[in-house]
Amino acid sequence: MGLLSDPNRRRALINLLTRLNAPICVVCYIAGVTWFMGLAFEPFTLRTYMSENAMGSTMVEERFPSGERAVATGREFAAHKKKVGGMPVEWLVKTMQARGMEVYTQRFSRTLPFPDEDKERYLVKGTNVYGILRAPRAPRTEALVLSAPCTPGDNNNQAVGLLLGLAQYFRNQVYWAKDIIFLVNEHDLIGMQAWLEGYHHTNTTGMDWSPLQGRGGSIQAALTLELSSDVVTSLDLVLEGLNGQLPNLDLANLFYAFCQKIGVLCTIQGKLQRNDWDSVSGYSHAVQTMMLMVMKQASGRPWGDHGLFLRYHIEAATIKGINSFRQYKTDTTTIGRLLEGMYRKLNNLLERLHQSYFFYLMPSLSHFVSIGYYMPAFGLLAVILLLRALDLWVQLAAPPPRTEDGVADVEQSSPGPLSVLTPLVISHLTGVALYMLPIQFQEMAVAQFPVSETEAVVLTAIAVYTSGLALPHNTNRLLSGEGTEQGWRVLKLVALLYLAVLLGCTALINFSLGFILALTLVPAAAFVTPHVPKFLSAFILVVLSPAFTLLFSVFFFQELQEMPVSFLDGWLLYLSVISQGILDHFLYGSLVYPLIALLVYPCWLLFWNILFWK
Amino acid sequence: MAAHRCSRPVWLFILCSLSVFVIAGSHDTTVTHEQRAGVVDDPQTAAETAGQTAEQTAAEERQWEATEVREATPDDAAAEKQDTPAPETVVLQSFPQPKDDFQEELVVRPLHSGDIYASFQFRTQWETDFMRGNKVSHYRLFPKSLGQVISKFSVRELHISFTQGYWRTMQWGQPFLPSPPGAELWVWFQDSVTDVDATWKELTNVLSGIFCASLNFIDSTNTVQPSASFKPLGTGNVTDHRFLRYATLPREIVCTENLTPWKKLLPCGSKTGLAVLLKSEKLFHSSFHSQAVHIRPVCQDWQCKTTSWELRQTLNVVFDLHNSGQGKREWSLFKMFSRTLTEACPLASSSKIYIDITDNPEGEQFELSPATSLLSQAVVLGDRRTFSVYDLTQPATFGSVRSLNLLIRWKSNEGHMLRPLLHAERYVAGYGLQTGEIHTLMYNYHPYRSFPVLLLDTVPWYLRLYIHTLTVTSKGKDNQPSYIHYQPSKDRVRPHLLEMLVQLPPNSVTEVTVQFERALLKWTEYTPDPNHGFYVGSSVISALVPSIVAMDTNNTRERPLFSSFFPCKEESSYFVRVYTEPLLVNLPTPDFSMPYNVICLTCTVVAVGYGSLYNLLTRSFQIEEPSPGLAKRIANVIRKMRGVPPL
Repeated sequence: MGLLSDPNRRRALINLLTRLNAPICVVCYIAGVTWFMGLAFEPFTLRTYMSENAMGSTMVEERFPSGERAVATGREFAAHKKKVGGMPVEWLVKTMQARGMEVYTQRFSRTLPFPDEDKERYLVKGTNVYGILRAPRAPRTEALVLSAPCTPGDNNNQAVGLLLGLAQYFRNQVYWAKDIIFLVNEHDLIGMQAWLEGYHHTNTTGMDWSPLQGRGGSIQAALTLELSSDVVTSLDLVLEGLNGQLPNLDLANLFYAFCQKIGVLCTIQGKLQRNDWDSVSGYSHAVQTMMLMVMKQASGRPWGDHGLFLRYHIEAATIKGINSFRQYKTDTTTIGRLLEGMYRKLNNLLERLHQSYFFYLMPSLSHFVSIGYYMPAFGLLAVILLLRALDLWVQLAAPPPRTEDGVADVEQSSPGPLSVLTPLVISHLTGVALYMLPIQFQEMAVAQFPVSETEAVVLTAIAVYTSGLALPHNTNRLLSGEGTEQGWRVLKLVALLYLAVLLGCTALINFSLGFILALTLVPAAAFVTPHVPKFLSAFILVVLSPAFTLLFSVFFFQELQEMPVSFLDGWLLYLSVISQGILDHFLYGSLVYPLIALLVYPCWLLFWNILFWK
Repeated sequence: MAAHRCSRPVWLFILCSLSVFVIAGSHDTTVTHEQRAGVVDDPQTAAETAGQTAEQTAAEERQWEATEVREATPDDAAAEKQDTPAPETVVLQSFPQPKDDFQEELVVRPLHSGDIYASFQFRTQWETDFMRGNKVSHYRLFPKSLGQVISKFSVRELHISFTQGYWRTMQWGQPFLPSPPGAELWVWFQDSVTDVDATWKELTNVLSGIFCASLNFIDSTNTVQPSASFKPLGTGNVTDHRFLRYATLPREIVCTENLTPWKKLLPCGSKTGLAVLLKSEKLFHSSFHSQAVHIRPVCQDWQCKTTSWELRQTLNVVFDLHNSGQGKREWSLFKMFSRTLTEACPLASSSKIYIDITDNPEGEQFELSPATSLLSQAVVLGDRRTFSVYDLTQPATFGSVRSLNLLIRWKSNEGHMLRPLLHAERYVAGYGLQTGEIHTLMYNYHPYRSFPVLLLDTVPWYLRLYIHTLTVTSKGKDNQPSYIHYQPSKDRVRPHLLEMLVQLPPNSVTEVTVQFERALLKWTEYTPDPNHGFYVGSSVISALVPSIVAMDTNNTRERPLFSSFFPCKEESSYFVRVYTEPLLVNLPTPDFSMPYNVICLTCTVVAVGYGSLYNLLTRSFQIEEPSPGLAKRIANVIRKMRGVPPL
């Protein structure tokens, strides 16, 4: 700080920063990306370890014997499901009651803002069935949840079978200290949302549900089970929840510990762990795993039914059974034993899971990157914005260059607040239009054009987005006349600081989203001036806009999943991703869509505006 | 059906007592008047069983019709629930009444859920006076430790219960003696006590030692003075709630260390009598466990000329058949308690086992062995129940093997329970760590009658209730409570107290909601496990519930016409206390694992960052010219004089 309080040295420092501004920015960008890619390199990451003392290594013994019976129950469930053509509520109630539980049902209904074409639903009506296994001598203050979604078709019957099998087995044990709620929810996430809202008596998304009759106190942890075959080759752990929230790392550790103990192959992001970290393929495997997590987290959508629990401060994860062509198969008894072990450990918890990390990335199931390690990558990108802002600030503070006849340009020295405010307000209004219009105009669009409701919503969104490109600088010109040299500098300064704050806040809440946005927006923000070649810059700026970021992400995600798509398929996927994003917002309260529409897009429009200054 | 009525102000409940029909199987026509000391207004101890189907009760009615005698004498108005067979009464009458007396009994009730409910009651009565400087030093049956407590702290009534688990009203019906999870203590002091709070503090500490419990955690932050919910159960008409203190510790864990001192209070200890069954390894292998001690003054005779002290020790336990029996539904004393009975407590004047066979009139539900000829019927908690009685004072009870091992073998799983008329639950709504909402749901399952309930809510100060958000709704409409007593909390001093008299419409759910804000505690105020959450004690719902017998009156097909014309009035109501589950609420909790990091970071930021930045922002910096040399200064003076600008 002594450096700054000496005017001479300060001037020298500022001179250095302004003179070398561009190279420093480039170095920072490269350093940021490199740092991020280095996170997946195993020697730089930490091994996972169990922080929670109450879940110490191997104190429980798993004895679940009746996997075969669980499979049979699953078949019975499938038969009844087929007969009823949906959730066999009566059968479930009867079966759960026979297993000695208190059984309750919850009805719910929800009209989607527009039809969901992926899942083919619009008017959703359903029933959740849950049974509470009351712990002996416990005063109903704490509970654990095991849930299995009842999905249409032949999926997930084994999960329900195993759930009922575990319920029967758990009922005969005496060691439970927390109530255990066995939940079979219909219509996957919508049912889960209804149940959670009913349980906590909140209504954040305007859903209709009947109030719950039985409760078990505050839920400490939850697991969601997805099994679609009698035997599995591996179990996959899904952590990413709503708005990129993650459960406490100890839950992942618990799963990993029991997989190791029981000898089940376990994966995360569908990727097995590899030991050859020093080889190129091993490293790229880790990068792929981590990038998949980053992409999923950035999407802000719940990647399993567990994702909705996180809002209520309930640690939750989804366990997926995967049946591939590997030789080694695991039967239902083993999975049951794994779950039994996990529940016994969770039952031992004295406090909520809080000891371990809540912010992390996982390049493999046994290694993690904590917030302290990944934040510098983002910081290096964000500092570019501050450096550019500093550069502009210095330029603005410097005396205006004298023209040849010695008269300073009078209008340059006073850009006036209007020249900054007008584009700010206009671009935000465009953002509001992007947020509101797609849903509002769907009926009109359907009436006017030969498209379905879903297409109408997506196409309206794209239309608003595109028309926004034309709107701001034209209106600005209309209102405040010709822009000045000082004017765009002030506007860019404001826009840079705005973007820095915006990305900083986003990265704190959802690192992946913040980082991906920074990757594309920071270069765009850094280079834009009215004096660069128009057409090339405009092209680059459009390519770096949020919509194209999403498009690239879609292709990149498919690439990571080793399911590359053709451009046309990718485009269709892109359209459905947009509609899903909007639906996620209205159904579960995901914040990515409003964030992009109301804040990120207007911010990008400011830079677009600067490019076309004058 | 005779009943006793006493009227009180509107929010005081009119407590009704019960009539007892005494039937000795072999002496059909002999009806014994109760000679034993009676108690007026005794809703808690009169609590017997509820939850019996109307049809079954009606069937019972017919079966016992011939033997019933309507007792109009006032004696039975103050009846106890024990039935004294004729021979014993005669014996007791022929000897001079002893000053103290001990009775023990065990009630066993097979529940519809397949569980077994066992309720022990031990009663010691002593005609003595602990008060007015009377130094009582000779103790026989009454435990000395409690006697000294009564006289030292001028206690009028003392009720203490330790409960592990939650009574599942919807599966098990009403309990004989309700109690909330954890520890509950309420005490009425004599009006001679001047400093009630200090006495209360001292008393809780003494009781903490006697019962090996954490009662010393009771302080002003969890003690309240309910204005209407807890009335004295013994003699005396004190209603000044300045002398009442009520506290619960929902977190208290009850285990063997609490059972042992409780057993030591019994005259026979756990050596003989029913107490041999109280083996902790079995008692704590159950679904519900509750033990209690009630001390109160009771009338010695029906005219209440003399009073005596009653110590009632109760222990309720529910065994889970699902856990213990491997598929076979069978119950025996040995299976449940790992002991059989060989004798009664020699000090006991009465020692009995009652088995509730109401659901099993023809023996089609279960089989009871050894069979007994002694039957007894009682109307308790508004329901008429039939019991098989085993008198342990009779040697014949133990048979030739000199040991009694009662055995119930189920024949069918059929049978459903009539829903309890009153049921309540409570939960915390909302998410996040800033605010929340407490919902209390009260269910009235009576098909056509509404009744008032008194709701008592005690909420610790760290949940700051927004009392203006209090709403009471039934059937979607606003339900105006006729009486509200609210005492706001004071931070770190006293809890919120909310008492309301609410009318529950028939067949409805009444929902009481109130929002709260979670306080941020000082760092020393957090418990060692702050992330576990903080407990809020159970709500207490006291109510006069219309009797199930009264509900039968519209079912005229199996009743004599003369008995079913007038609808039943309050006489047929019974007193019930229902406790909701306690709540576990998370408060905003700092990350205690890294205070070092926080301190370091804060100090660095303050010392380096803030100081320098403040300096930079507030000071203006100028480049100071080095002072000119002497020659230059002289030159400048000359130039100034010449009027030329200085160098």
